[in-house]
Amino acid sequence: MSFIPGQPVSAVVQRIEIHKLWDGDNLILGFSIGGGIDQDPSQNPFSEDKADKGIYVTRVSKGGPAEVAGLRLGDKIMQVNGWDMTMVTHDQARKKLTKKNEDVVRLLVTRRSLEDAVRQSMMQH
Amino acid sequence: MDTESAYSGYSYYSGRSRGSHRHGERSRDRHKSRSKESSRSEKSVTINAPPAEPLLGDQSVRGEEVQDDNWGETTTAVTGTSEHSLSQEDIVRISKDLDDSVGLDCKRYLNVALSVILGLVVFLTPLAFLILPHLLWPDRLRACGTACEGLFISVAFKLLILLLAVWALFFRPPRAGLPRIFVFRALLATLVLLFVLSYWLFYGVRILDSQDEDYQGIVQYAVSLVDALLFIHYLAIVLLELRQLQPFFSLCVTRSTDGATQHYNLGQLSIQRAAVVILENYYKDFPVHNPALLTASKSRAAKHLAGLKVYNVDGPGENNAAAGIAQSQSRAMIAAAARRRDSSHNELYYEEAEHERRVRKRRARLVVAVEEAFTHIRRMQEEEQKKAPGDVMDPREAAQAIFPSMARALQKYLRTTRQQHLHSMESIQQHLAFSITNNMTPKAFLESYLTTGPTLQYGKDRWLARQWTLISEASVTSGLKDGSVFLLKCIDFSLVVTTKKIPYIQLAEEFIDPKSHKFMLRLQSETSV
Repeated sequence: MSFIPGQPVSAVVQRIEIHKLWDGDNLILGFSIGGGIDQDPSQNPFSEDKADKGIYVTRVSKGGPAEVAGLRLGDKIMQVNGWDMTMVTHDQARKKLTKKNEDVVRLLVTRRSLEDAVRQSMMQH
Repeated sequence: MDTESAYSGYSYYSGRSRGSHRHGERSRDRHKSRSKESSRSEKSVTINAPPAEPLLGDQSVRGEEVQDDNWGETTTAVTGTSEHSLSQEDIVRISKDLDDSVGLDCKRYLNVALSVILGLVVFLTPLAFLILPHLLWPDRLRACGTACEGLFISVAFKLLILLLAVWALFFRPPRAGLPRIFVFRALLATLVLLFVLSYWLFYGVRILDSQDEDYQGIVQYAVSLVDALLFIHYLAIVLLELRQLQPFFSLCVTRSTDGATQHYNLGQLSIQRAAVVILENYYKDFPVHNPALLTASKSRAAKHLAGLKVYNVDGPGENNAAAGIAQSQSRAMIAAAARRRDSSHNELYYEEAEHERRVRKRRARLVVAVEEAFTHIRRMQEEEQKKAPGDVMDPREAAQAIFPSMARALQKYLRTTRQQHLHSMESIQQHLAFSITNNMTPKAFLESYLTTGPTLQYGKDRWLARQWTLISEASVTSGLKDGSVFLLKCIDFSLVVTTKKIPYIQLAEEFIDPKSHKFMLRLQSETSV
């Protein structure tokens, strides 16, 4: 996933569907996000390109809905329910994920291993 | 214990020194360079410099023998061989000194004589122009009106200004004797000469021959000569003084013996003038040349070579194979030396660590001893002076009084840092008296012994080399160029000078609006969803 400002981003993504869990009064997804266009991208330990201001998964709670659905630590979230996550502020991303009237969030996430797997399978042909 | 067998100069003052050897030593060493002698070889006994006193200093010797017991340890014997020898180098050097001094003075006096003659001719010419008509045809001259007499005043003052200016610019003691002629000065002298000659020519033909009656015209002609001379003087200032002020080249000067390096920025000068500037700065910037510090690396080098010997097993070959054998021998030696498990680096490391420790220990003792010594002295106040108590001393006596308590520590420190030949006991006491007079703290007094200063700091006799040789591939009157290299050699070492051009600096301007300095906090928040 190369990130050139101004050019369309192409990435190999995985569809992940997370069902929210009722925790007392709140609906939780079981992971934490970091990043955003208003944040400092050089502090991101998961990104390959230290200028990438996308939303990354920084923590996945054990046994939570996110882990069950297949979300991994360090994933970059590209879309949430159709909303773009590559050029949003941190707060906007949080809002899109924690809408009270939604039960399910469908994420498109990308990670390095996906791209490697695709490339390997292409090379075998 | 002092294990060197070097015959230190300080043992002159010992009651045990051999009297007859003393005098012969001194008379010979006045001519020689001391450092050269001491570094001549490690096999013979090195004789370090005797103290910096003339031959007539015998009375002071006797006076100081009383204090001798406190002035450090005395060293052991002198072997008889090297004392009375006068090597070939010394003979050559003595004869060279005599020759050079005679030749140099001749050149200098010739230059001075020529310039004085030229100056006199130039100065007297306008006066001659004015006076000659009055002498040769006074009756036919038209009377000098007011304007013409005004011009007399102007001639007088301009001549006075010219005289002062020439005195300021040219009549200064010369800094150095250059190997070739100073091109700009020669050009200017030629220009002035031609100029004055052409004026004389015109005067002779048009005025003397035709006996012109218009005196005002003649006076104006003399005024124009003086004006033109002032302009030539302006040209001289620009060429000789101003042109080289703007820095153009950066010269890197390295001493060949220990690698001390300095950089100087100079303008567009000829190589010989640049050499003079460098040498003037050498005496104040470079730490003094200490040959005692170089012996360690020489002995290491000797050990490297001495370890291997190459034998030719194949027997004596033909003549044309001899060169090949020598080459292969040297190559074999280099290869063997590279493969040998040499532990000399180990020795060097430990030796240096040990030396460092020793120096620090002695330095600590020295500092404490000096501080303590300084507390024994107190400056007398005005009121006490009037009362005149018994024990009043002038600075020199005060210095001699406190010197013994620090002498041993100081001498040991100087020995460890191999500086003992740079400081004589007399100079140390003088410096001590100087420090006391000027209210210096012990630290200030010690500073000149703890750090090696530039050559200027030590006595005049330490300025070992005043005869320098300039070695250059390009002609020495040609200007400096980027990449030119020349050597300044003196007897003990040489200075290697390389030139680099200062690059053309292109400055660009950027305006930053002060209102544009705005800042934001960098956030890295992590939100749980």
